[in-house]
Amino acid sequence: MNGVTSKQLIGFGIFLLAIFVGVPIVIAATGRWDFYFTLTSVALLSIASAGVWLTFYIGRINIGQGAFALIGAYVSAILVAKAGVSFWISLLVAGLFAAVVSVLIGLPILRLRGVYFAMITLVLTQVVTLVALALPITNGAKGITSIPLPGGISLLGLQILPPFDSMADTKLAFYIMASILMVLTYLALWRLVNSRLGHICRSMQQNEELASSIGVNIAYIRIIIFAISSFFGGIGGALFGSISQSVYPSSFQVTDSVNFMLNCFLGGLGYVFGPMLGTLTLYFGWDLLFTLGKYQLLVYSVLLILVIRFLPNGLLSLRLGKLGKGGGK
Amino acid sequence: MSALLEVCGVTKKFGGLTAVNDVSFDVGQNEILSVIGPNGAGKSTLFKLISSFLRTTSGEVLYEGKRISDLKPHVVARLGVVRTFQETTIFKSMTVRESVIVAQHLRAKASLAGYFWGTRTARADIAAFGRYADELLEFMGMSAMAEELASNLPQGHLRALGIAIGLATDPKVLLLDEPFAGMNPEETMRTVNLVRSVCDARGVTILLVEHDMPAVMNISDRIVVLNFGEKIAEGTPSEIQNNEKVIEAYLGSADDEVGI
Repeated sequence: MNGVTSKQLIGFGIFLLAIFVGVPIVIAATGRWDFYFTLTSVALLSIASAGVWLTFYIGRINIGQGAFALIGAYVSAILVAKAGVSFWISLLVAGLFAAVVSVLIGLPILRLRGVYFAMITLVLTQVVTLVALALPITNGAKGITSIPLPGGISLLGLQILPPFDSMADTKLAFYIMASILMVLTYLALWRLVNSRLGHICRSMQQNEELASSIGVNIAYIRIIIFAISSFFGGIGGALFGSISQSVYPSSFQVTDSVNFMLNCFLGGLGYVFGPMLGTLTLYFGWDLLFTLGKYQLLVYSVLLILVIRFLPNGLLSLRLGKLGKGGGK
Repeated sequence: MSALLEVCGVTKKFGGLTAVNDVSFDVGQNEILSVIGPNGAGKSTLFKLISSFLRTTSGEVLYEGKRISDLKPHVVARLGVVRTFQETTIFKSMTVRESVIVAQHLRAKASLAGYFWGTRTARADIAAFGRYADELLEFMGMSAMAEELASNLPQGHLRALGIAIGLATDPKVLLLDEPFAGMNPEETMRTVNLVRSVCDARGVTILLVEHDMPAVMNISDRIVVLNFGEKIAEGTPSEIQNNEKVIEAYLGSADDEVGI
């Protein structure tokens, strides 16, 4: 159940080649430099989507990831722009802060199931937006702008990574950074799902009462999972703030939270790598339909409904690859 | 026979309705004790009170002299009192073997993070889980269907899987909720033998709630009879069969229904 097959390794190698070599070559050849920004967004959004997928894995519909992304974005922005902390440290702090907040929120609301949990999480994004508007430290509606680019990393006087503002191509640097973090996130997610914690999550998804009868502290596991989920949300949000160099209360809205959830549906809830594919498809799909003008939303929505109707297990159920098969059935 | 589990004056009220009223009895080490009673007698409620899936209104349940009522179910399971469920409460989309492996949660020595990083303890655990699952499934006579999806099992085997999941936690006391319901006589006999061997070969004390009279008379060391939430009799199967109160209140006047 835990072994990695050679087929999976080859698939993973191809995937790494594609994002770190293939994409830069294609972009250099076509001259579509703007794709770097698009793909960086896909990478950071799919980190946040990975968190939502994980809450689905314990049978909770989470439409509140935007709240934690926004929290992460603000924490990182405040630390970097106001306190002069290194971006890399702020990235970690942003994730941890979002996780702590999610524990406080999760304690009362994770008892709820199904549509009741979903409804509460739907409100969270709006609540965080309103808090950001009201607090002095977040600068209200003006937001936090001119966030410095990430600095370098040096260890024992040795420079491992140069500061981003000294680089010739910041877009490429951001793309590589976001992609590495995305790969790490999904590796962690894959490992988690195939480890004992993942098996326990599956048992809870299927029957919480039975899970507790075999000695699983279901309340504790729910909190852990929600915290990990929000950690990913915080990381995604912090990356977003750094790339756009600004954060506003409207940076993540209820629509974004809904999109994070849709990414999971679209990619497939049964597949670890589903949310990544879902994010890519949803983000590019929306962009590609731009030419339709005022019919963009209509066509987009109809397509979404069709996909969910005819591929209820997501795009990956088309068997594009067994790589992402989660749960090790 | 010293008491392993003591039910002391347990009462449960749902609003104005008293489902279980001041019920007391003891379960001895390595005993099979059945709780019987007509529909609505409060058997299932009592069952949930003992496994702490419901909170008591008053009274308490003691296990090895310590109070276990009103604790969280997983804490009670950790102490060694584990319940099974009626009918189809299983992990539907897991295979039989996966279910028995995941149910060994309480046997785990490594932490959850240990499994994530694949520490030596965790790897040893995983190997031990697999071995114990195979051993347990062989004991239950389910080796042939180890890789079968739980939702594809026929009803008789589902019940056995439920018992296997319970056993995988290494319980001291196993609470069985209507283990023979909906079974034909042959399946019932097989399950009776199985439960008997769980008690004899594995040293597990068994408390079961059941409707099926012949099976109960066959399997039980002692029987407790409930009616309208109150205990009306307690004793060996033959004592219960000859108890006037039981015959009158629960079995009507027809002796043959008792299965003699």
